[in-house]
Amino acid sequence: MIRSKLLLSTVAAFAAMAVTAVAQERVVNIYNWSDYIDESVLEEFTKKTGIKVVYDVFDSNEILETKLLAGSTGYDIVVPTGTFLARQIQAGVFQELDKEKLPNLENMDPAIQQRLEKYDPGNNHAINYMWGTTGIGINVDKVKERLGDDAELNSWALALDPDVVSKLEDCGVYFLNTPEEVIPAALNYLGLDPDSTDENDLAKAEEHLLKIRPHIRKFHSSEYINALANGDICLAVGWSGDILQARDRAAEADAGVTVEYIIPKEGALMWFDNMAIPADAQNVEEAHEFLNYIMTPEAIAKASNYVYYANGNAASKPLLNEDVIGDPAIYPDEETVQRLYTTSPKGQREQRALTRVWTKVTTGQ
Amino acid sequence: MKAVARRLVILIPYLWLLVFFLLPFLIVFRISLSEPAIAMPPYLPVFDLEEGWRAIFDKLSQLTWGNFEFLLEDSLYINAYLSSLRIALLATFLTLLVGFPLAYGMARAPQGLRPVLLMLVILPFWTSFLIRVYAWIGILKPEGLLNQFLLALGLIDRPLAILNTETAIFIGIVYSYLPFMVLPIYANLEKLDYSLIEAALDLGCTAFGAFWKVTAQLALPGVLAGCLLVFIPAMGEFVIPDLLGGTRTLMIGKTLWTEFFNNRDWPVAAAVATLLLLVLVVPIVLFQNAQARAQRAAQ
Repeated sequence: MIRSKLLLSTVAAFAAMAVTAVAQERVVNIYNWSDYIDESVLEEFTKKTGIKVVYDVFDSNEILETKLLAGSTGYDIVVPTGTFLARQIQAGVFQELDKEKLPNLENMDPAIQQRLEKYDPGNNHAINYMWGTTGIGINVDKVKERLGDDAELNSWALALDPDVVSKLEDCGVYFLNTPEEVIPAALNYLGLDPDSTDENDLAKAEEHLLKIRPHIRKFHSSEYINALANGDICLAVGWSGDILQARDRAAEADAGVTVEYIIPKEGALMWFDNMAIPADAQNVEEAHEFLNYIMTPEAIAKASNYVYYANGNAASKPLLNEDVIGDPAIYPDEETVQRLYTTSPKGQREQRALTRVWTKVTTGQ
Repeated sequence: MKAVARRLVILIPYLWLLVFFLLPFLIVFRISLSEPAIAMPPYLPVFDLEEGWRAIFDKLSQLTWGNFEFLLEDSLYINAYLSSLRIALLATFLTLLVGFPLAYGMARAPQGLRPVLLMLVILPFWTSFLIRVYAWIGILKPEGLLNQFLLALGLIDRPLAILNTETAIFIGIVYSYLPFMVLPIYANLEKLDYSLIEAALDLGCTAFGAFWKVTAQLALPGVLAGCLLVFIPAMGEFVIPDLLGGTRTLMIGKTLWTEFFNNRDWPVAAAVATLLLLVLVVPIVLFQNAQARAQRAAQ
């Protein structure tokens, strides 16, 4: 491609200048999800190794992927979710990890590593950072006010049964704005394979979601944290850690809002966010040092204690706060884990079908 | 020598157009003729000068019009264009409704006051566009400033749902693009010779008649320029509908985003962008013709 060659040579020229400027200063450029780390973890890394961390954030896999596919991002470590990671590996975005430089790999949880192999065979390109589930967050009092005190609060029916959700409409229902998370939930609720790409199955999910749609105030992937915490809404279909953050903010504000996270009894999507090094990274050595550091039990435990997500590091478990390791919403018990499902990366056609269903659901077109 | 210099001066705007409009457009257009692929960049074929011109010519045959045909097959895209067109037209009209009296008032204000008024129109630009749109979320949300104000006045007894509706999009567009409407109209009205109106009134025209036949006619180029400056960005607007309008409103900017980011189908996204450009070029050409005609008439 003509354009990128041109761009590349300009970038190279600038990089050459930059290298002479920072020859004495080692840097690692990290691109992670917003609100996804305890900043002191980064400071400690710099203190220990002398490597400066340039930290930048995104809030959707799509943005990250588009940047990666365009190339020359300038990032040394990025954090895609499993399904995206798989496709990006296929597109040649990432380099293989040099496992010799990652002795702390022995701390990782074999069960999580094994689940990750679905996306990254041999665990050659990425290490797990955090994992979580996609479930339901509710404003307990407002929901009980509308559904009755003895209402069943452990089922997808809360969000996906038109009769139930219509009763919550007036106080506000938010859904994640990602087909990859909500459509599997609908398929699962209908008793179909959540990973299905079959046309008939998708049509059924679409038909069902269209029944829910009039009762949904907004499809958005980050606003629900504040909305739940402030008591602006009753229910959000969202990511576990985000809803738990909302729960904590609500508790801190002490304004009478109680938020609870639910992994529904029908099961929920389990996802993995992973750190990987782009093939065109400039500071490969430093990136490995950071990955090795983030796999130390102390560092990753600190991050989990801060963001309320489970990590893939078995050795960190003794260092986790009780409200993290002891919370079944973060570290679900074995029986709940059995009910969690994962999805596979989608091909171009399947992705388009999924997105088309989603456009229909969100806009009615 | 002079002639050469004059040509060189003319060359600059053409060069500008070539480098910042035509070349990027050709790149987008070329991507719109490719096929998506799981690769970096995510489409095929990729032209590489190092492979030599022959290889590039061979690859030309791989280009296809398929993406444009696809846009016509699914009613989603046509509906998105129409919906954007409707919103952009209505928003432009509303902006004119607010902007014209504002510009008129400014032009008729005492000479000494005008720079201050002009400053007040431009001042909001000193804050980031994104922050100003975000501020509207705080104003319009159910427990926001506007609803609290109306509740306190007793005008309503339950908060109005404005945020996440089309009304909020119109508020956002009118607010954001108001200066683009006010400034060209003001520039025209300020030059206006008010003795013409006095003459019209003296000759028995009603006040409204004088306004319509003199002021409005002379302000027309400014109105047209203002309308285009609002209509064109409103048509492809993405940020305002995304933040204020929620997910329900279909607009072409959002459709483009979905193709590019969610489907990672750069070729179809490029085709959508190409068509959008064509839709926008038509009113610009019409405007140019009207301008040229007005200039000829003035001579």
